[in-house]
Amino acid sequence: MGKKVGMEVSLAIAEAAKMADTDVVAAYPITPQTHIVERLAELVANGELDAEYIPVESEHSAMSACLGSVATGARTFTATAGQGLELMHEVLYVAASMRLPVIMVVANRALSSPLNVWGDQSDLMAVRDTGWIQLICENGQEAYDTTLYAFRIGEDKRVLLPVMVHVDGFYLTHVIEPIEIPEQEKVNKFLPPFKYPLPLDPDKPVSMGAFAPPILYSETKKAQEVNLRASLPVIREVWDEFEKVFGRKYKAVESYRTEGAKTLLLTLGSFGETAMAAVDKLRDEGQAVGLLKLRLWRPFPFEDLRKAVGDAELLIVIDRALSYGGPGGPAFSEIRSALYSEKKRPRILGFVGGLGGRDLMVAEFEGMVKRAQEMRPKGAEEEFEMYGVRE
Amino acid sequence: MKSEAELTWKDMEIGCIVTEPGSSKYYRTGDWRSQRTTYDFSRCIKCGVCAMYCPEGCISPNEQGNYEADPYWCKGCGICRRECPTGTIAMVDMEE
Repeated sequence: MGKKVGMEVSLAIAEAAKMADTDVVAAYPITPQTHIVERLAELVANGELDAEYIPVESEHSAMSACLGSVATGARTFTATAGQGLELMHEVLYVAASMRLPVIMVVANRALSSPLNVWGDQSDLMAVRDTGWIQLICENGQEAYDTTLYAFRIGEDKRVLLPVMVHVDGFYLTHVIEPIEIPEQEKVNKFLPPFKYPLPLDPDKPVSMGAFAPPILYSETKKAQEVNLRASLPVIREVWDEFEKVFGRKYKAVESYRTEGAKTLLLTLGSFGETAMAAVDKLRDEGQAVGLLKLRLWRPFPFEDLRKAVGDAELLIVIDRALSYGGPGGPAFSEIRSALYSEKKRPRILGFVGGLGGRDLMVAEFEGMVKRAQEMRPKGAEEEFEMYGVRE
Repeated sequence: MKSEAELTWKDMEIGCIVTEPGSSKYYRTGDWRSQRTTYDFSRCIKCGVCAMYCPEGCISPNEQGNYEADPYWCKGCGICRRECPTGTIAMVDMEE
């Protein structure tokens, strides 16, 4: 059994990257990711981590340096947030298409303008279609564990895809939580050394990132799509293996007090912790309310979601991002789409709240359950609304 | 080796990595050409300046030692014509 220590979540993430024996870190500091990369720079500088730390001039360069690094077969880690993730946007697609498993923690932050450095999942939703495996963390222990097992998933020979680990900026990155840090031997046992099958090697030259004309491009994209979907069973396998070694079990969709629940809340990330308290309160009052927490965003776990929703009559999806002029919050519209073909499906309503670091407390989650019950009988024009906005 | 039109998605190497060095030589960039080179070899002094300036690297000496572009790759850019010190090379439109 590892040691449970009080630790800032950012430092725990850096510790996970260190214990994974990362070879290269290329990163540019940006709030609220700063503590993660500051700590890694420190670990490299004082010799605790034998790695190359590349201080780049922008996030675009950070991701580009990471691609070159993985291409040589080096285990590579980076972290960013908000505007930084947007600046590296075009390179994100390249990482996935070239099958280069960069492991990146994103401290989720609002996007400008107005300038706002606080927690928000707009950055997460903007990179949905980049082809990365995307995992969303709920608390500090998950942030440590997910950073660690992300290497194992991404570097698996059957996967070879970059992995994004999403942690809510400030709500997770800047809080101190009791986190169990395992023994190094256990980590070594769990995470084998990285071996890229076709690395850049002067003795066996290859060309990476070549061009594909119209006669080939569609074939390359289909190969990529099949590959990302095929990572799902491997992700499940890694979760099983993680449980065997560290004793904590992870699933694509977590259920909390869903037995016999007529109403289900669905959250992504740190909202889940507050929503659990709200569900406890509502259950005490005799309401059949439960909670689903979506951990795996890409590849989307359609089967797990359908199973977890079960016989619920009302599903309330809470987004921390807007899709301007679109069909409600991004997670809401995806979940509705995932359940559309089901013969029996709940009424699905969406709220967008907690934008730009606005706190949603237990009372607000209770309020959303109440408000959803009012909206429920109404038609399609009232399926989603922004919650907690002053009129 | 399969031609481009025969390759399926299952034939794609990891991340579309090209494992055969120098395979770009199969790519017929000559198709891009709207002008081609013609030569008056009586003026050629076999200096090879055209070959040095050719961005495709597709100019080499023929059996007589005169420098000539390979139409398989020559994109018809005309840089050789401009650089030739003796005016050996002329560019003509492809339809002619």
